[in-house]
Amino acid sequence: MHQFRFDPVRLPPEADALRREVREFIAGESAGGAFTPSRNSWSTYDADFSRKCGQRGLIGLVWPKQYGGHERSALERYVVTEEMLAGGAPVGAHWIADRQSGHQILRNGSDRAKATILPRIAAGECFFGIGMSEPDSGSDLAAVRTRATRSEGGWKLRGTKVWTSNAHRSHYLIALVRTAPKEEDRHAGLTQFIVDLAHPGVTVRPIYNLYGGHDFNEVVFDDYFVADDMVMGGVGMGWKMVTGELAFERSGPDRFLSTFQLLRQSIDAIGPEPDSRAANEIGRFVAHLATLRRMSTSVAGMLQQGAQPNVEAAIVKDIGTTFEREIPEVFRQLIPTEPTLGRGATYPELLGMTMLRAPGFTIRGGTREILRGIIARGLGLR
Amino acid sequence: MTTGDASAAPDAALRDDLQKTVDRVFDAHCAKAVRESAEAGEWPAGLWGALEEVGLPRAALPEAAGGAGFSFGDAMFALRRSAYLAAPVPLAETMLAGRLLSAAGLEVPDGPITVAPVGAEGFTLSAGKLSGDAPRVPWGNQCPHVVLVARAEGGEVLALARTEGAATSVDKNLAGEPRANLHFERAAVVASAPLADAAQRLTRDGALHRCVQMAGALERTLEYSLAYANERVQFGRPIGKFQAIQHLLAVLAGQVAAASAAADAAVEASAGAPDEFMVAVAKARIGEAAGKVAEIAHQVHGAMGYTREHNLHYVTRRLWSWRDEFGNEAFWQGRIGRSVAANGGSALWPMLTGT
Repeated sequence: MHQFRFDPVRLPPEADALRREVREFIAGESAGGAFTPSRNSWSTYDADFSRKCGQRGLIGLVWPKQYGGHERSALERYVVTEEMLAGGAPVGAHWIADRQSGHQILRNGSDRAKATILPRIAAGECFFGIGMSEPDSGSDLAAVRTRATRSEGGWKLRGTKVWTSNAHRSHYLIALVRTAPKEEDRHAGLTQFIVDLAHPGVTVRPIYNLYGGHDFNEVVFDDYFVADDMVMGGVGMGWKMVTGELAFERSGPDRFLSTFQLLRQSIDAIGPEPDSRAANEIGRFVAHLATLRRMSTSVAGMLQQGAQPNVEAAIVKDIGTTFEREIPEVFRQLIPTEPTLGRGATYPELLGMTMLRAPGFTIRGGTREILRGIIARGLGLR
Repeated sequence: MTTGDASAAPDAALRDDLQKTVDRVFDAHCAKAVRESAEAGEWPAGLWGALEEVGLPRAALPEAAGGAGFSFGDAMFALRRSAYLAAPVPLAETMLAGRLLSAAGLEVPDGPITVAPVGAEGFTLSAGKLSGDAPRVPWGNQCPHVVLVARAEGGEVLALARTEGAATSVDKNLAGEPRANLHFERAAVVASAPLADAAQRLTRDGALHRCVQMAGALERTLEYSLAYANERVQFGRPIGKFQAIQHLLAVLAGQVAAASAAADAAVEASAGAPDEFMVAVAKARIGEAAGKVAEIAHQVHGAMGYTREHNLHYVTRRLWSWRDEFGNEAFWQGRIGRSVAANGGSALWPMLTGT
């Protein structure tokens, strides 16, 4: 049986200083009117804010200085991300590039990709989307049908990606594409490409979400040309890379802080003298949150030491997103209000917006059901 | 990438030895017949004697107090393992009593010691004479000594008393562990001393020990459930091959992992004295996990888990008991919730991050 490990981690002293620095930065930006902290932090696109983060040295924290990074530890990066999320900062523009794409390029990208792309990500000027899902390939990622065929000096891509957040305002995406026919091993023959969205042969169309917002897109490749040095790692290595980034994608504080602003404001709406039911619900959420932080920090520590704690990450995401979704469901019954459509400027609007976003929490980045399958495999059941 | 101090890990070799020691004692002295006779009310003298021989009940006491000089974390590791093995002995209570007595500068007597889980309202100590009642004292009819908190002239004191003749009746918790109702009427105490915040300290420390025990019992519940899902065949395959069962076990494992993390965090924060917030978080979170895990484990085990024959009930009946002792989830959630609400939403994040 797999022994789950959530080793204790002590945040290094320099992380405390960085935490204070980030907190002051966010407070200053918020006070200066640059953003309203009630919005959904990592889904909120704000290129100006991302550029300021870049100028402050808050993106690409763990990367080498050679590529614009800051050579800090994964635990310091952890502290920055959780402060951004808890402060409700609009980090959506650079989030994917910082969380996973840049990391992938650093590990698997060509020298040209590293030299031309990473410094711009770190400067907060270059944003990425995720090109994994397709119309017929969501949870079953190995079913991707977008194909790449050999062309002189590179590859030509044909096919369609969907649910690509921010493709209409990002510079690149990393696309998972089939480069060899599906044989007995479905996971072979997949390759990742860096796609420049400004080049010809790629069309981005909006997919509006249930409340009329535009984050998602459909991205169509029509003989889109990718040069050989924008292939990630080796041809056929796509599956290994995709699964290798899962622990980064699934274990972070973005998997349990999506509704933190609602928790905060619900505590204030209830007031300083809660009745016993309200006190118990608040206490329960705080107990969950403190425990999730511990587990998530622990995974960050293991990642820093080079481990690949995919099962632990799946556990954090499963429990964390369940926690996020419970928050609006519980407080709507404790605070006499009705959820209201809007941008989150008032409590009823914040509640309404959170409720409408909540179904996504347990779908994006791996559905709850897929995660439970991964955990079951870790338990030796599959 | 700088390496930093990512690890606050304990001494793995020492813990491995400790685990082997605990396992060896239980292999030799805790057969099913011992568990059953303990539940019938017989003191498991052989098991307790073996535990004393290896020094576990006093593991975390300073060497000057007759202890083995282990760290608090190591002692809690051993306690957790004993709960994994569903030990029918007052090991947690004796460790807890020793910790409280040491904190108050009192001598720790030999043998098993229990703790009366009531606040200072339960007892008065006047001119060296103790009066009052304590309901449901764990193993209070079988431990010769009890540690309790009493009101005295100068405020709260921690007192050590003999239990002989004090038990008016004996209840049992769901695991069949004795919970004795003790009555003292102008009884002499062995010793007493002031201890800051004594009643709170006793409740927090008691909750912390139960958290550690639940973490151990939860770990065992997961192992039993996985083993059963792999061996029980229905419709031509082990039930663990069915997705419905796999998802139940994935949820179970997540709850066990969360409970384990919460227990570790509380122990780390409480080496000197129990940390109010971390203990409250742990008891609330682990108590919730205990209920969910026991429910799923029994569902997976089907009728077999409902029998006396299978060993699952030795851990699940303890979980159902321990989650309610030294404050249930609602008790600790309420404490956290009132404190958080009083400070307002904007104070929550700084409190969680300690900055």
